[in-house]
Amino acid sequence: MTELMAALTDTWDAENSWKLSTYEAAGGYEGLRRALRTDPADLVQMVKDSGLRGRGGAGFPTGMKWGFLPEPDGGPRYLVVNADESEPGTCKDIPLMMASPQHLVEGVAITSFAIGCHHAFIYVRGEVLHVYRRLLAAVREAYAAGHLGRDIHGSGYDLEVTVHAGAGAYICGEETALLDSLEGRRGQPRLKPPFPAVAGLYARPTVVNNVESIASVPGIVTHGADWFSSLGTEKSSGHGLFSLSGHVTRPGQYEAPLGITLRELLDQAGGVRAGHQLKFWTPGGSSTPIFTDEHLDVPLDYESVGAAGSMLGTRALQIFDETTCVVRAVSRWTDFYAHESCGKCTPCREGTYWLKQVLHRIEAGDGEETDLDLLLDLCDNILGRAFCALGDGATSPITSSVQYFRAEYEAHLGGRGCPFDPARSTLFDDTPQAPPALAGAGGH
Amino acid sequence: MTAEPVGARSRTGYDAETLAALVADAEQILARYPDPRSGLLPLLHLVQSVDGYVSRDGIIFCAEQLGMTAAEISAVATFYTQYKRHPNGEYTVGVCTNTLCAVMGGDAIFDRLADHLGVGHDETTPDGSVTLERVECNAACDYAPVVMVNWEFFDNQTPDSAAELTDRLRAGETVAPTRGAASVCSFKQMSRVLAGFDDGRADEGVGAGGPTLEGLRLVRAAAAVDDAPGTPGTPAAATSNRPGAEVPPETGTEQSSAERRPTTPSDDTGPAGPADPEEGDDD
Repeated sequence: MTELMAALTDTWDAENSWKLSTYEAAGGYEGLRRALRTDPADLVQMVKDSGLRGRGGAGFPTGMKWGFLPEPDGGPRYLVVNADESEPGTCKDIPLMMASPQHLVEGVAITSFAIGCHHAFIYVRGEVLHVYRRLLAAVREAYAAGHLGRDIHGSGYDLEVTVHAGAGAYICGEETALLDSLEGRRGQPRLKPPFPAVAGLYARPTVVNNVESIASVPGIVTHGADWFSSLGTEKSSGHGLFSLSGHVTRPGQYEAPLGITLRELLDQAGGVRAGHQLKFWTPGGSSTPIFTDEHLDVPLDYESVGAAGSMLGTRALQIFDETTCVVRAVSRWTDFYAHESCGKCTPCREGTYWLKQVLHRIEAGDGEETDLDLLLDLCDNILGRAFCALGDGATSPITSSVQYFRAEYEAHLGGRGCPFDPARSTLFDDTPQAPPALAGAGGH
Repeated sequence: MTAEPVGARSRTGYDAETLAALVADAEQILARYPDPRSGLLPLLHLVQSVDGYVSRDGIIFCAEQLGMTAAEISAVATFYTQYKRHPNGEYTVGVCTNTLCAVMGGDAIFDRLADHLGVGHDETTPDGSVTLERVECNAACDYAPVVMVNWEFFDNQTPDSAAELTDRLRAGETVAPTRGAASVCSFKQMSRVLAGFDDGRADEGVGAGGPTLEGLRLVRAAAAVDDAPGTPGTPAAATSNRPGAEVPPETGTEQSSAERRPTTPSDDTGPAGPADPEEGDDD
């Protein structure tokens, strides 16, 4: 039995949790003071030893990413925090920055010191006004307290932090697209290599890390790499925010060591909403292949989820019960990918467009038997052929849902349309408001 | 790079006072970045704070500030959905219709609002008050279905509550988000904040809503039962010193997310009672 815990979430229920005074009263910025007395190389090693892996979805070892920076050449090096949280289902970084932005700011200061950066950026999506206000205020408070700025705590170390608001584009969560956007361009991914560690922001060595990854750093410095690596599993160490949403009794943020299972999380969250059963779920956002009730006991760590055919991603656990039409769900995600495809590469730009057309006609009851194979063929022509992971992600919900729910797709074909009543899946009323959809009526 | 003197030879149509203010703000924006071009996104938010959209004048202004062409500025502006190509309403009402919210009721909310307001996606009511949008996932899935008004969170909405919300906006009333500032500001004011000009409202509103604290509430309850300072694996909890920490709500009471069914007046007269799981079988 894996227990819930409170590391990043520990101050979230305090009065004025977002204020520097609250954070400091709970021991905040002790990590920075320690870090400033530590050799930067030792800090990088500490994060390597902790086993911290990127919490933005890919799971790349954070310390190793820092270690990829070339030797200092006298020019600038940058830290860019990816706070562009937009993956459907993912809702952890935004509440973190709303409740406790200082966790992130302290992490930024420690990480910047460790990698030799003197100007760090927090790129937050523009669609969260109050979170942006909280970040601006948090950085201002940190400057005033001497945690940022010139000669931090008498160490001789200088750090400037800029909080930058995006303007609405999912693709900017891809790290090189984010860098282009931060340079004032259309947010389109760059060819890799060179990786950002070598040529990132302004073609200078750059570390791009997710909010939760950076916010985990102060705890590692304060409590030690051994503490962090004692949590979770051998290869997926530490704590993580698990975000339950959808048809669950108590949706919300559940912090736990990696390796907890959905069954354990659902137990804590009061289970699937009363009177209903789990049908399918995403382990890490819409770009991770869906799971079903067969996967309730899969440990939610990088290796186990991967071995079961999906990805841990951002631990965005979107729960759908038996009232939900999987075709409708997948069709809507596909609309999203088509809308957010940046247009740079043909497989993704054209492929998501066609996926959307085919899914719409299936959903409307106008699909034919050959359309399922057509969908899978389209996916096959996108997966691994797109410029970045957005195209790959677009195929995940389709191929996995056809794998598990082929019969449900087939039930839509040949003029039959959607057999589900969308009213039953809503939060506010799951009683039918209209007669069940008529055959061929096209459903929703 | 910049730098035409204020008011001199600007090809924009701004009056001298407006232009001088814009130039002063732009200087502050560009000073935040090692490379001034990084200031383009905030500059575009800035021109929206003056014009209510990315106007022709706004594009030319950005081009003049950065020494770029209007075409280059337009290429960037048209990539991002928050930059509006037509005058925006005073309030952007965005209904999340990505899968999770759509399933939880976002589709029904959008349909109701479109009908109620008589406008479709990215259209503005004739009085200029509300621009309706379908928005993508806004990172509040545990509060689904979510409506954003000028990018402030209105959690756990219903068609009725959302319609009432737009009525109040159109009547000029002050509305308060679930998690955000004490009141929703105008589109132009919001755009100025997004350009990086703090409006001093960060301390308004809550730190977290109920679902955000759901897991923590259970950790606190378990610690209270154990009557122990902490359990192995929760050193942060063990060492925590939380001034003024509030007592977490009991499940099912006010402020507890277990009690999350909507409470708009119209709900009292809506279809009542728990659904019979056997009723309206999907097959």
